[in-house]
Amino acid sequence: MLGLGADRLRADMNRLLALLFHQGVLDEQFLQLQQLQDETSPNFVYEVVTIFFNESEKLLRNLRELLLDKEFSDYKKIGIHLNQFMGSSSSIGAKRVRNVCVAFRAASEQNNRAGCLRALELLEHEYCYLKNKLHELFQIEQQRAMAAAVRYPIQD
Amino acid sequence: MVVLSRLLSCMSYFHVFGFDLKVGHLVLMLCCCMLSEIPMNWFINGGLMEKKISFLRDRGKIWLSWWEKIPASGRKIHHHYYQYIGSKKVREKSWWRKILIAWVVSWVFGSVWIFLYMSSQATEKRKETLASMCDERARMLQDQFNVSMNHVQALAILISTFHHGKNPSAIDQATFAKYTERTAFERPLTSGVAYAVRVLHSEREQFEKQQGWTIKRMDTLEPSPVQEDDNAFEPQEPSPIQEEYAPVIFAQDTISHVVSLDMMSGKEDRENVLRARVSGKGVLTAPFRLLKSNRLGVILTFAVYKSEIPSNATPNERIQATHGYLGGVFDIESLVEKLLHQLASKQTIIVNVYDTTNLSDPISMYGPNTTDNGMYHVSTLNFGDPFRQHEMRCRFKQKPPWPWMAITTSIGVLVIALLVGHIFHATVNRIAKVEDDYREMMELKKRAEAADVAKSQFLATVSHEIRTPMNGVLGMLQMLMDTDLDITQQDYVRTAQASGKALVSLINEVLDQAKIESGKLELEAVQFDLRAILDDVLSLFSGKSQEKGIELAVYISDRVPESLIGDPGRFRQIITNLMGNSIKFTEKGHVFVTVHLVEEVMGSIEVETETSPKNTLSGFPVSDKRRSWEAFKAFSEEKPSCSQIPLSTSSETINLIVSVEDTGVGIPREAQSRVFTPFMQVHTSTSRTHGGTGIGLSISKCLVGLMKGEIGFVSEPQIGSTFTFTAVFTNGHFNSNKYKKQQINNHSKSVSSEFEGMKALVVDPRPIRAKVTIYHLQRLGIHVEVASDLNQGLTSLSSGTAVITMVLVEKEAWDKDIDLSSLLINKLRKNDKVDYPKLFLLANSISSTKTSAPKSIGYTPNVIMKPLRVSMLAASLQRALGVGNKGNCLNGGLPVLSLRNLLCGKHILVVDDNNVNLRVAAHALKKYGAEVACADSGKKAIAMLKPPHNFDACFMDIQMPEMDGFEATRIIRDMEHDINGRIQHGKVPKEAYRNISNWHIPILAMTADVIQATHEECLRCGMDGYVSKPFEGEQLYQEVSRFFKSNSLCAH
Repeated sequence: MLGLGADRLRADMNRLLALLFHQGVLDEQFLQLQQLQDETSPNFVYEVVTIFFNESEKLLRNLRELLLDKEFSDYKKIGIHLNQFMGSSSSIGAKRVRNVCVAFRAASEQNNRAGCLRALELLEHEYCYLKNKLHELFQIEQQRAMAAAVRYPIQD
Repeated sequence: MVVLSRLLSCMSYFHVFGFDLKVGHLVLMLCCCMLSEIPMNWFINGGLMEKKISFLRDRGKIWLSWWEKIPASGRKIHHHYYQYIGSKKVREKSWWRKILIAWVVSWVFGSVWIFLYMSSQATEKRKETLASMCDERARMLQDQFNVSMNHVQALAILISTFHHGKNPSAIDQATFAKYTERTAFERPLTSGVAYAVRVLHSEREQFEKQQGWTIKRMDTLEPSPVQEDDNAFEPQEPSPIQEEYAPVIFAQDTISHVVSLDMMSGKEDRENVLRARVSGKGVLTAPFRLLKSNRLGVILTFAVYKSEIPSNATPNERIQATHGYLGGVFDIESLVEKLLHQLASKQTIIVNVYDTTNLSDPISMYGPNTTDNGMYHVSTLNFGDPFRQHEMRCRFKQKPPWPWMAITTSIGVLVIALLVGHIFHATVNRIAKVEDDYREMMELKKRAEAADVAKSQFLATVSHEIRTPMNGVLGMLQMLMDTDLDITQQDYVRTAQASGKALVSLINEVLDQAKIESGKLELEAVQFDLRAILDDVLSLFSGKSQEKGIELAVYISDRVPESLIGDPGRFRQIITNLMGNSIKFTEKGHVFVTVHLVEEVMGSIEVETETSPKNTLSGFPVSDKRRSWEAFKAFSEEKPSCSQIPLSTSSETINLIVSVEDTGVGIPREAQSRVFTPFMQVHTSTSRTHGGTGIGLSISKCLVGLMKGEIGFVSEPQIGSTFTFTAVFTNGHFNSNKYKKQQINNHSKSVSSEFEGMKALVVDPRPIRAKVTIYHLQRLGIHVEVASDLNQGLTSLSSGTAVITMVLVEKEAWDKDIDLSSLLINKLRKNDKVDYPKLFLLANSISSTKTSAPKSIGYTPNVIMKPLRVSMLAASLQRALGVGNKGNCLNGGLPVLSLRNLLCGKHILVVDDNNVNLRVAAHALKKYGAEVACADSGKKAIAMLKPPHNFDACFMDIQMPEMDGFEATRIIRDMEHDINGRIQHGKVPKEAYRNISNWHIPILAMTADVIQATHEECLRCGMDGYVSKPFEGEQLYQEVSRFFKSNSLCAH
């Protein structure tokens, strides 16, 4: 029963991953990230993604503050934040977040404040979506890990 | 006139030729010709003037010497001119200006000299003429005078003989007068003669008595002793008493009034008489005015002696012996006038005769009293009286004429010299102008080139700038596609995205082109496997070729080394481009890529006969590919050195010749010349039907040029095109210690062991196609036998000594005869052994396999889809034969292993401000076995990398706040440099720095966008390379392998 549950959970997880890939939320980099996880660091993906969430929230907060400021003019700072955001999102393979970042940066380079605000909203939306989905994924994985008492294998 | 006309014609030549440089030379020669002709003309003219002939001859000589001088100076000018051209240092105008001025000045002086010389010659001539005329006159005058004098002397002898010698005298006054009158013609110059006797005072009375008159004295008041005025005769007084007297007793009728006058009473006459009797010769008086005729005259006096006087008698004896004195009156004026009348050209000169006994006050005897200071000639006259001196002065009546000859000559010379100077000036000016133009052109050229470079840079920059927002656009489009869209909207978005992608690829190509043009593109030199690259390219096009149903194949000669050193990316780009074109334009037939060594092809050029159209990959005729490399330099150069072929193959450089042959539509002949021009396409419609920008071939050509190769093609419309290029690489085996292999275990090697020693039978009616199959099988280590059809295959199957593991049948041969194929299947099945030969079908397109598989037999052979690639072939064989282990990674897991080898146990510092990236990078490196330390800012990294440290490498993010990667690297390098310097100078012990005297930690940049500019920046600030972020195994391996030796101790 437990084994079956584990299998089901694993199927769920794969389905969820497939969905995310199909939607373009994630890309191969996430798989590579998963491959980096092994016996020595069983929770590697989770750890990295958690760091990503923390950093991203900080960045999003900063971006929003910057953009909502009435005498806002520092597009350069926005660029720096976005570079960081892009770097981390491409590291974990959050493809859509990254793409929005690219568009956001393009808008900020043109000093297009309206575009920036729109992109920020989109970015927050994408980020929330990613966060929800990844949480879902981790939950399933946790359940599976508990169910199977085995770790998610590196390679399928 | 001749000269003038010549000069004019010369001038007109100048205008005609427009002072062209070369023509300047010609004109100079013409001038010289003209100069040589001038004296000739003058010679002819000179013939008329006999007197000037000798003069002209002299001129002629001078001209000749000039004639030699002028070409010499001309040559000098030329010399300067050539030097000038050669040195290209014309800016200094001063030297030629100086030469020009010197030339003009010297010729001005020259012509002045000529003028002076010629006029002096003329004057000399005139002087000579004058002298000769004067001398002639003087001589004649002297002769006539002498004749008269002789007659007077003869008269004296007559008197002495007949008057004194006879007693009584035979002569009286009447006789004398008569005689003298009748002999006057003999003395044309004398107006009269008279005889006076010496009478002593003691004899006076007797004498007076005897004569019947008294001795009268001359007028004392009159300075001139002879008063010939008859009217003034009477009052004359008798002569006062004197010691002796000389009364005139006989006189010619013309001067009969002097009879009875005492000659001793006149001062002049007395002197004359005294001198005459002392000297015994004729003596002259100073000229004086004769009374009667009022003309100037002189009196000639001869003494008459009593007896013969010895020539050496003393004066005293002579005085004693004196009997009397004979005097003749000479009318000098009429004498000279008469004389001159006799001579021609008396009008031309004026003659003056002077008595110059008293030098300070010469007495004029004849001639107009002019005080002309002009040229004159003096001839001395000798009238037989040593006491008296006479001279004749002659001068020309007219002033000397202008020396026209001299004037014209000198002016002519001056004009010629000025003209030559002008030619020179014009020439030099023109050269200077040309030089100026040249300089200007160079300037413009430089500017144009600069503009070109600027254009390329602009293109590069702009393209890059376009790419960034385009990524944004594409990203947004991608996102848009994921939202809820109806079908139309989706279609729009898809179109937009496709266009965007096309735009990005176009921009990439333009960027490439711009990079090549601005010379920024540099080729890498890394080790690579040519066969693997071609397999990759093949896989890229396999889908398309299968879709179109065309045959796609690669053949690489055995003699091409396995690993080469060069730029695989760019090589691949060329191949991809050529193959892409070929596939694009080919609807049926094949696309065939062959790689050979140049030497191989060279050797086969002579041997290979005309390839028959049947003998091609797909059976379609192809254009003769040898014609595509006809123009290659490498061939024409190397042809004679065919004997060196074995040497060059073993040397380090590898000359590859790659041909891409297709059976497509071909290139129309009129478009063939501009195939390699950027953005040129055969028709504007081409881009519509086939897409593409037409920049690819141009880029390929540039890349081939960078690889020191050449590209060429041959194309026949409706038959196909063959593109051939050569490229120079280095043999990888020779430098294996220098370059780490890009892929240690390439696919073929990894799988070859599984198939080693197996034997295969290939059934293919076409040798070339079979060759390709064999090539791939041999790469797997499989021995191959070939059969041209199924029959032959069957026989070789049954008779073969070795065990045949597999049979590969070309689809064409399979379909041809279904009976035979079923027979083959049966035969294979009959072999009930465990490892009976497996049957494979080599098929071209998916559709064809489906339709014609011989299902009737109920046996489906394994189908291997072409194009053949080693990995795909190996996989198919593995699947069928059941050999090999899946764990031996075929899906790009290979770099991981080698990376482990490299990175195992290495201490690596990762620097990134982004925690996520830091974590991921660190973990990835850890996974490869490295010991990883992290730093989240440049400053921390600097602190950690301060020697001594034990890091083996550092991966550094470029974009970091506060201090970016570039700056951190710069500081680290400075630090290392400082410490290295100190260690070398012994300031710090080496031991304190872990015995390393040269600190240099490899720093690799981690960057999200890999662009050329960033790469250059990396190298500039001392980084050793860059890797993209997130890590890609292969690239990471490439970079890391440059620094680390494979650590074989580390087991994976």
